[in-house]
Amino acid sequence: MSGPYGTMAEKVLMKGNEAIAEAAILAGCRHYFGYPITPQTEVAAYMAKRMPKIGGTFLQAESEIAAINMVMGVASTGRRTMTSSSSPGISLKAEGLSYLAGCDLPALVVNVERGGPGLGGIQPSQSDYFQATRGAAHGDFRMIVLAPASVQEMADLTMHGFDLADKYRMTSMILADGTMGQMMEPVSLEAPEVKTYDKSWAVTGTDCKRPHNIVNSLYLVPEDLERTNFERYERYRTIEENEVMYEEFMMEDAEICIAAFGVAARVSKNAIMAARAEGIKVGMIRPITLWPFPKAAFKKAAEHVNTFVSVELSMGQMIEDVRLATECARPVVLCNRAGGMIPSPEEVLQRIKEVNGGMTK
Amino acid sequence: MTVFDKPKSLTDAPLHYCPGCTHGIIHRLVAEAIDELGIEGRTIGIAPVGCSVMAYNYFTVDMVQAAHGRAPAVATGVKRADPSKIVFTYQGDGDLASIGTCETVHAAARGENITIIFVNNAIYGMTGGQMAPTSLPGQITQTSPYGRDVATQGYPVKVCEMLSQLDGAGYLERVAVNNVKNIKNAKKAILKAFKNQVEGKGFSLIEVVSTCPTNWGLTPEKALEWLNDNMLPYYPLGVYKDKFAEEAAK
Ligand SMILES: Cc1ncc(C[n+]2csc(CCOP(=O)(O)OP(=O)(O)O)c2C)c(N)n1
Ligand code: SF4
Repeated sequence: MSGPYGTMAEKVLMKGNEAIAEAAILAGCRHYFGYPITPQTEVAAYMAKRMPKIGGTFLQAESEIAAINMVMGVASTGRRTMTSSSSPGISLKAEGLSYLAGCDLPALVVNVERGGPGLGGIQPSQSDYFQATRGAAHGDFRMIVLAPASVQEMADLTMHGFDLADKYRMTSMILADGTMGQMMEPVSLEAPEVKTYDKSWAVTGTDCKRPHNIVNSLYLVPEDLERTNFERYERYRTIEENEVMYEEFMMEDAEICIAAFGVAARVSKNAIMAARAEGIKVGMIRPITLWPFPKAAFKKAAEHVNTFVSVELSMGQMIEDVRLATECARPVVLCNRAGGMIPSPEEVLQRIKEVNGGMTK
Repeated sequence: MTVFDKPKSLTDAPLHYCPGCTHGIIHRLVAEAIDELGIEGRTIGIAPVGCSVMAYNYFTVDMVQAAHGRAPAVATGVKRADPSKIVFTYQGDGDLASIGTCETVHAAARGENITIIFVNNAIYGMTGGQMAPTSLPGQITQTSPYGRDVATQGYPVKVCEMLSQLDGAGYLERVAVNNVKNIKNAKKAILKAFKNQVEGKGFSLIEVVSTCPTNWGLTPEKALEWLNDNMLPYYPLGVYKDKFAEEAAK
């Protein structure tokens, strides 16, 4: 296949945000809705250029609230659709995320995070981890949360996210930080094979041939609402069993284990190499799915690791999942910068050395 | 000979509306319009949050239930996904003119090819009778117990008048369902609002001035009188904009 980005599998240099947009198009998404916000605006700009050329929809919505509800409209018809934003905009999408969950609608939502709270700043952050993994809005629900650590993964996880969304009828969220969105790297883009999913629930018009379909999250009888919640969590359990993704780096003999995702994982790799050069046995588990969290990998690591170090661009959010996964069997310490700052490899190395010297706080 | 039948596009589900509530009449008019245009099989309705939330049970067409005020955005998504479908929203005044004002205004501004049925009963019905954006000056509600004081609670939102300023809005008409003559006219307007969409013309909104006997604290009959005496002077009936007719006349 040859397209505007060269022949299949040929590497092209792209920004992470653009890679998300092109990957979405290759995965069959033809309906994009968004509202401008730094640092993800390139997604919208890319869609604005491409969608009209391929018979798709690009619509700059009046707000993030409207954008997510437009996504809900398209998703109700059974088509692939997405929206992208950054932290303050994701807060506005919260209501829609809850409705998508309540209606069991598949959709892809991208959060290229910036520092908060409030208007915060526009520099990279990972401080929406709780929001993404603990349920972004009211009610019992989960989203599949994918954390890319390269431009290639921005593309691959976007495609994978659409598949998971369709497979489990729920929202997949790409949780990237501003670095991932803005960074340029070579990426190879290939149209994935899109499987067919049962969408008999979609509103497509009855054609006067079937009973009407209703896309709805209202259940006034508590027994009914409880049943939908239990059924949904049954599906979540299947996801926890089958869809966990993570990378292990130098973990075979590790005595110290770094937990990091996104840009923090890239920084940590450099620090690990430097520490190894000094003979410190340190490795890393990089969750790729933040939900479902790679609990088993951490639990297993706790058998031979002395201390875990959670490296984050936040005040310490994923660290709670590391503690839960390891059932506090080993100390878990934090190495963090916040507010748009990124820890340097030297800072991470310093923390590794402190831990190696016996520090457990 | 049958002179009066249930429209095909209404299900057999018993309506949950209070006795004498005009939501029932408006449902019927919408269903009749769908039947007459023969679009039942390709119509998709968007139910709001409000007393008509369960409209999804009453129409035989495919339905989506939207969050409070977001129906025009959901409708936009459905319509953009498949422009061959006929997409309508059915919304109350709290839904459309308060929490969803932004979505309403911008769907109109974009000239989105959808049909909006806007039920203005000057009150929040479902939550038990609070002040609505369309409650009249002086109107007593649960949250304006001394009567709506415009000095502190502001003035009602006149939706047709407001939207008529937008170039994107196509057809805006305010009708009422308080007597046979007005109901007949409401039917004509609703039919036209759907026909516009079928013909690909653009955004149509029909504001239906209606009653909420329960929360107005009136009998159904007295409510119709109150509508006539109080609402119609504030919300004059008529066509506020018909861009499509103007364009055709050119
Ligand atoms: C976000 C949100 N806020 C508030 C509510 C509570 N609520 C349910 S119905 C309603 C008022 C609806 O009034 P209106 O749109 O006038 O319709 P009516 O019931 O009069 O037909 C409100 C405020 C809600 N469901 N969601
Ligand atoms: S509360 Fe009012 S609007 Fe709602 S069903 Fe009853 S009469 Fe109708």
